[in-house]
Amino acid sequence: MKKHLVSAHDLTAEDAVLVLDTAKELAQVSDRPVKKLPTLRGRTVVNLFFEDSTRTRISFEAASKRLSADVINFSAKGSSVSKGESLKDTAQTLQSMGADAVVIRHGSSGAPYLLATKNWIDAIVINAGDGTHEHPTQALLDAYTIRKHLKNNEGDLKGLKIAIVGDILHSRVARSNAILLKTLGATPIMVAPPTLLPVGIDSWNGEYSYDLDEVLPKVDAVMMLRVQQERMNAAYFPTTREYSRNFGLNAQRLKTMQKHALVLHPGPMNRGMEITAEVADSTNSVVIEQVANGVSVRMAVLYLLLGGTNNESGENN
Amino acid sequence: MSILLKNGSLKGEKNVDILIEKDLIVKVAPGNSIKDDKAEVFDLTGLIVLPGLVDLHTHLREPGREDAETVATGSAAAARGGFTAVHAMANTLPVADTAGVVEQVWNLGRKVGLVDVYPVGAVTVGLKGENLAELSAMAESTARVRIFSDDGFCVSDSILMRRALEYVKAFDGVIAQHAQDPRLTQNAQMNESELSGKLGLTGWPAVAEEAIVARDVLLTEHVKSKLHICHASTAGTVEILRWAKEKKVNVTAEVTPHHLFLSEVHCQSYDAKFKVNPPLRTDKDIQELRKALAQGVIDVVATDHAPHPTEDKEGEWSSSSFGMTGLETALSVVATAMVETKLMSWSDVARVMSEKPAEIGQLSDHGRPIAENELANLCIVDPKASWKVDAHDTHSLSSNNPFHDMTLKSKVVHTIFRGKFTMKSGQVQK
Repeated sequence: MKKHLVSAHDLTAEDAVLVLDTAKELAQVSDRPVKKLPTLRGRTVVNLFFEDSTRTRISFEAASKRLSADVINFSAKGSSVSKGESLKDTAQTLQSMGADAVVIRHGSSGAPYLLATKNWIDAIVINAGDGTHEHPTQALLDAYTIRKHLKNNEGDLKGLKIAIVGDILHSRVARSNAILLKTLGATPIMVAPPTLLPVGIDSWNGEYSYDLDEVLPKVDAVMMLRVQQERMNAAYFPTTREYSRNFGLNAQRLKTMQKHALVLHPGPMNRGMEITAEVADSTNSVVIEQVANGVSVRMAVLYLLLGGTNNESGENN
Repeated sequence: MSILLKNGSLKGEKNVDILIEKDLIVKVAPGNSIKDDKAEVFDLTGLIVLPGLVDLHTHLREPGREDAETVATGSAAAARGGFTAVHAMANTLPVADTAGVVEQVWNLGRKVGLVDVYPVGAVTVGLKGENLAELSAMAESTARVRIFSDDGFCVSDSILMRRALEYVKAFDGVIAQHAQDPRLTQNAQMNESELSGKLGLTGWPAVAEEAIVARDVLLTEHVKSKLHICHASTAGTVEILRWAKEKKVNVTAEVTPHHLFLSEVHCQSYDAKFKVNPPLRTDKDIQELRKALAQGVIDVVATDHAPHPTEDKEGEWSSSSFGMTGLETALSVVATAMVETKLMSWSDVARVMSEKPAEIGQLSDHGRPIAENELANLCIVDPKASWKVDAHDTHSLSSNNPFHDMTLKSKVVHTIFRGKFTMKSGQVQK
């Protein structure tokens, strides 16, 4: 594996399967009364969050702690924008503190890439979501969840069709998933109104459509993306009701899907907007399970990058 | 003491001797034909003699951002790049929107004395795009402003742009438009393309430039005024300019060295030294811009030299500043992109980097023929040089040069400004 996990592109198919297999083993830890392994004892993981994201942060925190790493939470919200401490200074501070891994969430696309490539720090860098760029561990946990249900928790995702529905243009989750699903042999289908698909979508890995109803019957899973509040009044679509009518997943639409089809959502959900409560709570929904799988997958990533036997350290991107 | 330049190649066409006394060229004769024992003699065999370069688009940052550049440091960088005249953009602090500020910049330039500094006046008060600045007062000031621009911002309001174009007719001014539809480029970070989608950087679509260029060409034709398009960056803009020129609309346009040379792929590094406005475009745009420059559809090269301190360029992409330095590398980039590729001759370089810009700026002292009784403003180039750019080896206060570590062809060796060396054998004469 590469030294850092900045983009889903950093993972080969073998790497990705290794992460999922490792996560499967580590998941057993979470089922024990004592949810802890000594693997990363004495190692320091810094959660460097320039943006609020309680869910992702506590997921990484739980993952680190279950592997016995020391966790430092560094909330630096807005510091670069407000001309406070620069990313470089923050990085060098963490370097001085002896961070072994930096889990970074940043509002600016490319910030984790800079951290990984600028020689400011020696620590491994894990991207926990940057701007409208990528969120690779989310893609891994989605792949893990899909594999568990549809591939008997083994191997890759060959042959599966997965719809990703919603604000593709601004979604880091969609970007990382499009890459990773393709890497694992699945076919992603982006579904959105044309305003929420990026220019150049034709050349992305996979297919795209403006018609959710046409796509649903043929997919094995559907990922519903959250529609951000700030998009709702920016002419991306006329009204939230029209969006919901065309791109919301409701019980009627769910009936058109295959029996085994899964419903995923990275959370937090806008119930009634992109997904109805009925669907979110249906048996097809694996939304709650995604959260648990998130911890296992992040444990696997930390384990492999920080302490795993398959880590060819020194190899950089 | 007089200066004798021996056997240089005049615009790459024929070898001549040039004798300079005080600030004038007093004699031009065939190579190795002039003897003058009292003159300081320079052998220019193998070197190209061009008229001193003229930049229509320079950010000197003074007053206000003296941490990034001053008139003195910018002038030194200009001299090193072979320039004898630069046009200082209006986006200073305070904005150059009054006779007072443009005269201050004019006077600072005179005091430094390495190049002629011609201030560009703002079109609107504070570059805010709301009310016209006192254009006539700036035109009549000692700075004698003829080019007006809100560069950095587009005069996007159609009626305001129309009025500005009309108003400057009274004193034969020209509006230099930074063509960027603001609504189409909110928070834009790089060229909108497949790549911007992948990198998750908000796109700056070509249409945002082209729509304004098209509108302004039509407005200019309608009110019979003069328009200059700053930093044309897209193939579509070239197409509109071609059409406008066929229709004899009074429009000129510039292209920057970086838009002739660097494509958007550099943005993949998320290194903000490649962040510029308008953004780096595609290879297709580069090819069309080069062709347009060679054909005269784009009239001139202008640097858009935009110095920024390190702290504004080494952070995250979206919070870093737009802009690149370019005075010291402009000639070499143009030579590498246009002359090495046989798209242009050295005489074409003289046209696009000196003669035409001087004409657009209405400068009587620059872009003149290299002939007897003309002012001695000269740029002397070694066409065989090949050199690796070091962004930190600069006279600018800033080092945000995107060509860092790249190898360029040709290099300016001497610059002569009003009969005096401002750079001699690569050394700026402060």
